Amino acid sequence: MSLASLTADRAIVVCCGSGGVGKTTTAAALAVEGARRGRRACVVTIDPAKRLADALGLDSLTNTAGRIDVDPSWPGELWALMLDTKSTFDALVSRYAGEPEQAARILDNRMYRNIAGALSGTQEYMAMEKLFELHDEGRFDLIVIDTPPTRNALDFLDAPRRLTRFLDNRWFRIVVMPTRAYLKAVSVATQAFLRTVSRVVGNQVVSDAVAFFQAFEGMEEGFRNRAQAVLELLSDDNTAFVLVAAPRRDAIEEAAFFADRLRESNIDVEALVVNRVHPRFEVERSGARERARTLHGTPLEPLYENLADFSEIAEREEANFADLTGRLDGASVTRVPFLADDIHDLDGLVTVAGYLMS
Amino acid sequence: MIIVAGKGGVGKTTVSAALARMAARAGLQALIVEIEGKSGIGNAFGRTTPLDYHEAVVADGVRARTLTPDDALVEYLEAHGMRRISKRLLSSGAIDVVATAAPGIKDILVLGKVKQLERDQVADLIVVDAPAAGHAVTFLASAHGLLDAVQMGPIRSQAQDVIDLLTDSSRCQVLLVTLPEETPVNEVVETAFQLEDRVGVSLSAVAVNGIYSHIDGLDVDPETAAADAGVFLRPHEAESLRNAAAFRGHRQGLQADQAERLAKALPLPQLPLPFLFSSEVGPAQIDVLADALAAGIEAL
Repeated sequence: MSLASLTADRAIVVCCGSGGVGKTTTAAALAVEGARRGRRACVVTIDPAKRLADALGLDSLTNTAGRIDVDPSWPGELWALMLDTKSTFDALVSRYAGEPEQAARILDNRMYRNIAGALSGTQEYMAMEKLFELHDEGRFDLIVIDTPPTRNALDFLDAPRRLTRFLDNRWFRIVVMPTRAYLKAVSVATQAFLRTVSRVVGNQVVSDAVAFFQAFEGMEEGFRNRAQAVLELLSDDNTAFVLVAAPRRDAIEEAAFFADRLRESNIDVEALVVNRVHPRFEVERSGARERARTLHGTPLEPLYENLADFSEIAEREEANFADLTGRLDGASVTRVPFLADDIHDLDGLVTVAGYLMS
Repeated sequence: MIIVAGKGGVGKTTVSAALARMAARAGLQALIVEIEGKSGIGNAFGRTTPLDYHEAVVADGVRARTLTPDDALVEYLEAHGMRRISKRLLSSGAIDVVATAAPGIKDILVLGKVKQLERDQVADLIVVDAPAAGHAVTFLASAHGLLDAVQMGPIRSQAQDVIDLLTDSSRCQVLLVTLPEETPVNEVVETAFQLEDRVGVSLSAVAVNGIYSHIDGLDVDPETAAADAGVFLRPHEAESLRNAAAFRGHRQGLQADQAERLAKALPLPQLPLPFLFSSEVGPAQIDVLADALAAGIEAL
């Protein structure tokens, strides 16, 4: 599916890929294109480079969408939001807590604060939670979301499950419910186990954990259902996944890993964007390196050596992503050239959008 | 011990490999420790099987191994007479709960093991291929965080030992890696200050990766050069040569600007490493980069 039709028709576009490949810029440029096509578009970013954040008016972590002033001739709207993992998580806890006191107890718990900030996959999970929330509100008809720049970025696919599994942890469930008679025997063994853990890491850590699980009692169901709804939204026909990569071999290998993981979750990559592609200067393959050798000692030698450098890198890059596109059946492929400067204003994003649509 | 740190995609793993190779060629025994199971080091040395917890010889004078938190935990518990509990901790998921209750505990287990390797002098130089930038700071700062969270016990003394190692510049230093581009430069500057402030580790240098090497004689116009050489250029050829030369010149200018900006923001020696046009990273390219590192250090 071409990026032009994705930005024109879909409700959600998820950009994934490894760090440093221009994912945030790509996501922002797709939202810009959406706005130019008359859509109310919002880009949700995780950790934008500072100057791009400034350009999008994202100078603080507000966790709410801010409208960006654009060319008044654009028929649509452009909004941007920078994800604040912790406040998204806090809102989720408040939503599912039985009463305000339960929410307060959880939000105060030291272990909860660690989870909200550090549990592997929390950021990924909250990005998807925020996406769900924005989609649910119905204020935007195109939401483009940037995923965190880690190899674990696809943890959002199982982060909700991981959290519920975490909440279901057998050892702690037993500690929380020690009164049930038939669990007494297990409970003794568990207490011994926890004592050993305390010996290694200290009492405080274990008592924080126990308090946390007690505070969370009864909320698992709500979390589980919400997680299910988020996963359904991600597999919806109105949601498209765009894989962003750089043509270096390691970045392509990462991209292939992402594509495989998505496929395991029955999600197809609909478009591949390869950023930072080196230009090709030779009209036909003419063996510049050999020419340099035959012209050794003449002023043409360095010119051919240089041309050969670029021919070789272009050829390698082409081979690298030919390999990847072979594995992504049906995905459109868009190449964006190596841009001389970083993108940090709306005009720059319009330029990138131009490449993405070509 | 040298910890190689930088954001993803800047070539941290390649630089780790080149650094180890450079040490080996100077007659030292080097060990590369790859944190978290990335497969980069093995690939760089042309291995087809992934590295694991056991050391493998990857090149002359260079050994390499991985170090994951789970392995480090099992080894730690076994060494402390808790073999049985280690299996239960992992299989029950209780370790995830503990790691969440005291974040950084997994990092400290890994760093504790690294510290032990350093103490045992298993190699003349230990190169640690650290997690990507933001994570590197969290990873290395974990010991400080744990001193607050864990009041007593073996983990606390482990954290103290790790801090002693990280803050002793005669035992341990950080080599930063970046690219001569705007965002990577901004990020490496930020990482550098955070590492100094939050970890107290000493920074040795910044490897600036992907520099377009200079070619003399690119400012000559191809038509003139052809006339001088008595050669006839095919149609389009002059234009290809001219555009390619202009592109290299333009990019080199941008790279020089970024290197200069980096020098102003970060008073550390820079070690320039060439961009590899002709082939993917393999053992031969690692040697090229090892030479460049050695030349860069020589020039300081």
